[in-house]
Amino acid sequence: MHKLTLAAMQRSLESGEFSSVELCQYLIERTKQHNETLNAFISITEEQALAKAKAADEKRSAGGTLGSLHGLPIAHKDIFCTAGVRTSCGSKMLESFVPPYNATVVEKLDSAGAISLGKTNMDEFAMGSSNENSFFGVVRNPWDTERVPGGSSGGSAAAVGGRLVPACTGTDTGGSIRQPAAFCGITGIKPTYGRVSRYGMIAFASSLDQGGPLAASAEDCAMLLNEMAGFDPRDSTSIDRDSEDYTATLNQPIKGMKIGLPKQYFEAGLDDSIAALLQQAIKELEHLGAEFVDIELRNQHLAVPAYYIVAPAECSSNLARFDGVRYGHRCEDPKDLEDLYKRSRAEGFGREVKRRILVGTYALSAGYYDAFYVKAQKIRSLISQDFSQAFADVDFILGPTTPSPAFKVGEKTSDPVAMYLNDIYTIPANLAGLPGISVPCGDVGGLPVGMQLVGNYFDEARLLNVAHQYQTVTDWHTRIPG
Amino acid sequence: MAVDNKVVEQVAHLARVQISADSVADYATDMSGVLELAAQMDQVDTSSVEPMAHPTHAVQRLRDDVVDEVNQRDAFQAIAPSVENGYYLVPPVIE
Amino acid sequence: MQWETVIGLEIHAQLATRSKIFSASSTQYGAEPNTQANAVDLGMPGVLPVLNREAVHMAIKFALATDAEIGKHNVFARKNYFYPDLPKGYQISQMSLPIVGTGTVTVELDDGEIKEVGLTRAHLEEDAGKSVHEEFHDATGVDLNRAGTPLLEIVSEPDMRSAKEAVAYARKIHSLVRYIEICDGNMQEGSFRCDANVSIRPVGQEELGTRSEIKNVNSFRFLERAINFEVERQIDILEGGGEVVQETRLYDADNDETRSMRSKEEANDYRYFPDPDLLPVQIEDELIESLRSGMPELPDVRRKRFIADFELSEYDAGVMTADRRTADYFETVLDKSGASAKLACSWISGELFSRLNKDGVELVDSPVDAARFSGLVARIHDNTISGKIGKDILDKMWAGDDDVDAIIDKEGLRQISDTSEIEKMIDDVIAANPDQLAEYRSGKDKLLAYFVGQVMKASRGKANPGQLNKLLQEKLKA
Repeated sequence: MHKLTLAAMQRSLESGEFSSVELCQYLIERTKQHNETLNAFISITEEQALAKAKAADEKRSAGGTLGSLHGLPIAHKDIFCTAGVRTSCGSKMLESFVPPYNATVVEKLDSAGAISLGKTNMDEFAMGSSNENSFFGVVRNPWDTERVPGGSSGGSAAAVGGRLVPACTGTDTGGSIRQPAAFCGITGIKPTYGRVSRYGMIAFASSLDQGGPLAASAEDCAMLLNEMAGFDPRDSTSIDRDSEDYTATLNQPIKGMKIGLPKQYFEAGLDDSIAALLQQAIKELEHLGAEFVDIELRNQHLAVPAYYIVAPAECSSNLARFDGVRYGHRCEDPKDLEDLYKRSRAEGFGREVKRRILVGTYALSAGYYDAFYVKAQKIRSLISQDFSQAFADVDFILGPTTPSPAFKVGEKTSDPVAMYLNDIYTIPANLAGLPGISVPCGDVGGLPVGMQLVGNYFDEARLLNVAHQYQTVTDWHTRIPG
Repeated sequence: MAVDNKVVEQVAHLARVQISADSVADYATDMSGVLELAAQMDQVDTSSVEPMAHPTHAVQRLRDDVVDEVNQRDAFQAIAPSVENGYYLVPPVIE
Repeated sequence: MQWETVIGLEIHAQLATRSKIFSASSTQYGAEPNTQANAVDLGMPGVLPVLNREAVHMAIKFALATDAEIGKHNVFARKNYFYPDLPKGYQISQMSLPIVGTGTVTVELDDGEIKEVGLTRAHLEEDAGKSVHEEFHDATGVDLNRAGTPLLEIVSEPDMRSAKEAVAYARKIHSLVRYIEICDGNMQEGSFRCDANVSIRPVGQEELGTRSEIKNVNSFRFLERAINFEVERQIDILEGGGEVVQETRLYDADNDETRSMRSKEEANDYRYFPDPDLLPVQIEDELIESLRSGMPELPDVRRKRFIADFELSEYDAGVMTADRRTADYFETVLDKSGASAKLACSWISGELFSRLNKDGVELVDSPVDAARFSGLVARIHDNTISGKIGKDILDKMWAGDDDVDAIIDKEGLRQISDTSEIEKMIDDVIAANPDQLAEYRSGKDKLLAYFVGQVMKASRGKANPGQLNKLLQEKLKA
């Protein structure tokens, strides 16, 4: 049952092959069993899930209109606030934080009938590319448990990759959906900034954060995104735009679509075997009628430097609210206010979070603001302009999702900058606010590799269309770890 | 762009994060590494480039002036570390 | 040495919106602690701000009232610092691109001198919560009801040269924001707060001296005292060979002094940057024009009109335009009663205001509204009643719901202007007082008042005093 895609599960539920309760029960058992090694889940909400599944089955037999995800199991990254369910954001700071409100994404999926089986592990406050920065422990890659699943949505990617759940929510600030999707052999899309509401999604870097789905296939991603996307009056940066049916256009032919290959993405730094897999994927897409042209994205090499100023700057301010006063961790016996702040925050935050808070505070402080923060915002403009120019000529941009397949646990923890360079191909889309998708396109020594497609603003439907067409002629996305 | 221990301590104070004496040097090294990475930005002249604060070029939407909230103090204070008589408590602050 | 005082004011006016600037919580004053603080106001994880349209409109109205520039592209920024009453660890404010730019305010001083005070800017921001220190043993309590209340921070140029000028400017802003109904101006409740930047310099020196910022001033009287104290303190320091330290000082009304806030050793570094949760605010010309057309006549313009059209004195016009409700009340009374402006003004500023003062009631809550009051003034104007009876009737109107005509009829208070009726009363009085009549006729003119009193008494105060006087003198001579 766990090998089925979300779409296949839906068909089985509809045909009565199995019930939602049976499906959820089975997946919860499977999750409990594998979570000991993978550590993909922080919380498993068995009781609520089964109660909801039961209600879903009853509603189904009673007839009437059902939501598009009725009775289907999913899981939420533990960054999305869930009313009455602990939302930790992978941090000791929120180890016992139970919000009295839901994120918009949670509410939307809930009203579409999806059933959350629990909350997935993540790098603390979404800061990390390996899921080694979680207060709740390292998440393991289901393809090789010696290796990382990627981050920060590592729990979600490992849960889908290991087929504990068919689909999960994730967030992507610098690649946090696409990079773990690539490492775990699944599909993940980061929508256009503003397409998915950020309300109730705990902020890391507000101008970069964007929620999106991770699932086995582009089709499953489309099903989830159909419900996740949409205007939200509670988020000022949410875009007021008609909703689309991303599943409706999946089967359109892609003949004549023009795909740009940025010279800069295939230069030094990219693993040779990944480059070879991408060449294969390009051939497949050519067979489907896509045309390829070489393009330039001149300032791409500055994306990582700019990102590691902008994101920490915003994070240093966003995380100021965690002060031990109204919720979250408070130190024992503070001797005065300053002690309360400093110790609560020192104890509640992990090393990487503190590192970024310090860098961000520095970049915004008097005397450094122009040299770092403003400079980074200007580089951001240049990167965005590079994309606009490219999209004047092409429909999509293709490249690798990551420079290498999943690395070993502990391999990069001692050098933050080496870790940061992992996001070199994913970060530019976040800086520009563009949508990007990672699709499995092969393996290197048994480790999955992802191909990334970046589209123009609000071009999610076509991105999913191309990805789906690719997946009709390849089977990388159907492979499951042994 | 090397950061010394003193800078780490100043920034940590601004950010209200206690950094233990034996880890200040490590943070200094880490911060220096990131700032060195950031210094690559200086390769490009950006004097005529507008900074970009938002990925989209939308403008702020405005909300109607309507009160639409019920009192949820009990729910919010149930998760607070220290409350009394409806107030959040902190160590005494002298003005 | 001769010293010159230099003062600039930062006024925080709470905008009179129903809901908060970035959330749908109520801004009502006086609720139980933390009952009007929602997830956004509390800075809960993941929640986001959405800007209140009315707050933006009110800021634009202020710009229109002060002829100030409007920041058509204005941006919210975060001001980062830690304090228990600041839930997010930053205040959403505006920095380099405020909604209101430079403007000018004309202030009239007590001696009639006119002074122009420059406005540097005015920007929108959110208020912080309140800390309570007295109620808890060994702890401070935090109430976040006020957190997120919209503020317009109005910053002046350092254009004032004395405490009196500063107060006159503050009063002018106070009257203006109430006039255009963007702030209730209640200083006790903190709706209108003044911080003063005070420095001194030798007369003739161009360069400004080091300033101190005085906070916590909640009345105009205290503002004047605090500035005067601070000026004296700075003179003492400089004349004693010392140096003024740039710092924030609190005014202590109990001891009438300012004292240094135990400020942190470090200078604040607020790390302002554009708030990524909010987009730039774009103000279209159509919006400005529609707000402009809805603006009330401003007090200065109205005062001049009252003088020109109604021939009110400078002083009376000032009283009648001190706030918008008074001016509206006055114009209603004038319009409905048909009385002269002088009569309407004297009844409003005299009888009406003294009763309001006595009862501690605001004009809006006056037991006698403008329509009923016009009726009273109309009856005085058309001689139906005398002014004296008018005062008694106003007392009755104050206590009940009857209008003036009902009271006149019920109590038979209509003024007697019928000549024969008055003559008859005069005849009766003369007949009853032969001795006084003889004395009068022998030259004791002062007895006229005695006869007037007697006839008035006989008419129970209703005789038309003018007519009575004239007729009586004729009869006594005869």
